[in-house]
Amino acid sequence: MSDNTKKERRKFLDKGLKLGIAAAIGGLGISKITSKLNAKTNHNSTDKMELMTVDGTLIEVDSSEVMEVQHAEDHDKKYNVREGMPNRKFVMVIDLAKCKNALKCVSACNKTHYITGENAWLKVHKMQESKDTAPYWMPRTCMHCDQPACVTVCPVDATFKRRDGLVLIDNERCIGCRFCMAACPYSIRVFNWEEPKQGEMSEITMHLGGETPSPDYAGMPSRKGTVDKCDFCPHSIKNNELPHCVTACPNGVFYFGDKYEDTVTNGEETLRLSKLLTDKAGYRLLEELGTAPSVYYLPPVDRLVDFEKGLEDYNEFQSVEKPE
Amino acid sequence: MTKYESLINDLAPRKFGKRGTIWTFILVVIIIIGLIAYIDQIRQGQVVTNMRDYALWGIYISNFVFFVATSFVGSATVAVLRLTNNSWRTPVVRIAEIISLASIVMAGFTIMIDMGRPDRLLNLFIYARLQSPITWDVIIIPTSIILSFLLLYFPLLPDLAILKKHHLKTKPTFSKWYGKLSLNWTGSKAQKAIQSKSIKIIAIMVIPVGILLQTIDAWLFSTTYRIGWDSTNMGAYFTSGAFVAGLGALITVVYVIRKVRGLEHYITDYHFDKLAQYLLVTCLAYVYFNINEYLIPIFNAPAEEEIHLNALVYGDYAGIFWFSQIVGLILPILILLFKKGRKPLPMLIVGIMVVLGSWWKRYIIVTPTLLHPFLPIEGVPESWHHYFPSIHEWLITVATLAMALLIITLFVRFLPVIPIQRTAEEKGLLKTDKKAES
Repeated sequence: MSDNTKKERRKFLDKGLKLGIAAAIGGLGISKITSKLNAKTNHNSTDKMELMTVDGTLIEVDSSEVMEVQHAEDHDKKYNVREGMPNRKFVMVIDLAKCKNALKCVSACNKTHYITGENAWLKVHKMQESKDTAPYWMPRTCMHCDQPACVTVCPVDATFKRRDGLVLIDNERCIGCRFCMAACPYSIRVFNWEEPKQGEMSEITMHLGGETPSPDYAGMPSRKGTVDKCDFCPHSIKNNELPHCVTACPNGVFYFGDKYEDTVTNGEETLRLSKLLTDKAGYRLLEELGTAPSVYYLPPVDRLVDFEKGLEDYNEFQSVEKPE
Repeated sequence: MTKYESLINDLAPRKFGKRGTIWTFILVVIIIIGLIAYIDQIRQGQVVTNMRDYALWGIYISNFVFFVATSFVGSATVAVLRLTNNSWRTPVVRIAEIISLASIVMAGFTIMIDMGRPDRLLNLFIYARLQSPITWDVIIIPTSIILSFLLLYFPLLPDLAILKKHHLKTKPTFSKWYGKLSLNWTGSKAQKAIQSKSIKIIAIMVIPVGILLQTIDAWLFSTTYRIGWDSTNMGAYFTSGAFVAGLGALITVVYVIRKVRGLEHYITDYHFDKLAQYLLVTCLAYVYFNINEYLIPIFNAPAEEEIHLNALVYGDYAGIFWFSQIVGLILPILILLFKKGRKPLPMLIVGIMVVLGSWWKRYIIVTPTLLHPFLPIEGVPESWHHYFPSIHEWLITVATLAMALLIITLFVRFLPVIPIQRTAEEKGLLKTDKKAES
């Protein structure tokens, strides 16, 4: 008995489902036909129109067939915050031979990004590989890796890699899990542990350019409970300007440029990237991890200044100057 | 029949005595204090913790890992002992299931406490990206919660029906609720068939899901480049550690419940001896993985890793490291080797040692690694070079532990902690019923 009712029910469900599908298809078909009929009856003109196709041949069509189409969104040309600037690949070269720990890069970065926390985005490390090797100063930005560990582990796609090489953060989406900070082998990411004390200044600058706030705009205020980091200054790049650390450096340590154009510049001289890297034996930080950074280092050789000179400005426990 | 009645009387949940009321009250107070601390953390931001850009995770995460580990006790005892036909498990499985559910629920809460923006929790679903180990966690933790719940609930059905009958006259409201929760359990053949089949499926599922949960937890760490985390040993290491932590918690809770409820006739020295042997085996397995993790790198550790290991063995973390290794692992093994050590009271001490050792062990896994990055810690205040939890972190963490204990306490208050039906069957008290059925 129970078996029988089960079968009945199954049959009923089966039939119902089939009927439903048939009705849906039928409905679609009818609406299509009627819309076609409508189109034909509405335009009864017999005018012809001459048009040129994309490959240059002239064709003639019935004007009733001509319809306005929306412009296709050209992803190669249109700027999109998450896609980046088309056909560019930004790279940086840091010449360790020139760095004297003047720290102008750090203060310029702090100022233009309204960094008010305790940990700067750009820092200069005092490095010494071993007791017998020479010490040197090493500025360290975000490496904007091509295989970014931070992007891989982000659970919500808040930090993302763009086609132009930049790794940025959408701090309106970040959930503050800090997994990206744990994943970054260069420890470059900083967290807003409390409400950032950026004040109104950042908001004002943000709206000066009439821009809507976006992750690549320098005025984007920091948000409590989210991650921040060096952004390669896309707001400057967009205006054909160099990142602030590059222009601020009195010693021309930083070179910035486009890998596709094979050129980098520190504002004074413009060099061929590939030649520079070959001639001066450029390398990348922690290359063996396979993160493929976009920042190259030139080894600290033939230095013009003593390492000790930099010690005057060295402060192990501070990277952001506090306003007095 | 009188025997059966007295069995129900023994095992049916009972009102809190004076001790129970005070205990529950204390737990509630701790939880309220923790809640206030958490609200303050949300208001001010995580600046109230001692976590900073280098020590970016702290006891919230290690406590989370601890909860995840103890939640494994469900898989470890119920499922494994079931599949290996160890019938001594009967009086302890219900407690294991309760601990398992309480722990995994609290694990879910703790991980949220660590989030900088808990208000954006839904982003985890809206923008979920499958390659992030956190998304794996988002999938596996709810799965485990559901499975742990079912693993507790399905075997409870006959007991709930018994309790309904038992309380029919004395406590009508209780009886009504037990009746509703028992889903009209009558003990008919068809019902029993469905129940035993469901339990079988869940018990089998709970093993791979439990191992996956532990392993994903390990992968949260081993998918990074960090020294001390970047190890292929991690998955198995965490799983074996979870056996130890879970059994330690089980033994402690079993002892306390046995004492408070006077269940010495049901949970005997024999059961403690068996639990002790089980714990011993898992401790030995854990020693094996610890050797892999800490001893073998002596031979080939790169410079950075050596700094890390030295900090554990001789440096800042030596106290906690050796506490977790010796008190949490070596001493328990030595005690458990002796028959006298496997008696209930020594077992309570061993259980507490193992639980404390396991908790601090997670701290040792999380914190030191973060303070040994590849590039030097520079340009940050001196205090950022170290980490020890702040008052807020302690209050909140202790509150989560209290909450787990409160969940366990409430289950013990309202559910039979030892399966009544199964015990009755095993003791042959239901023979008359069985005959009537067949």
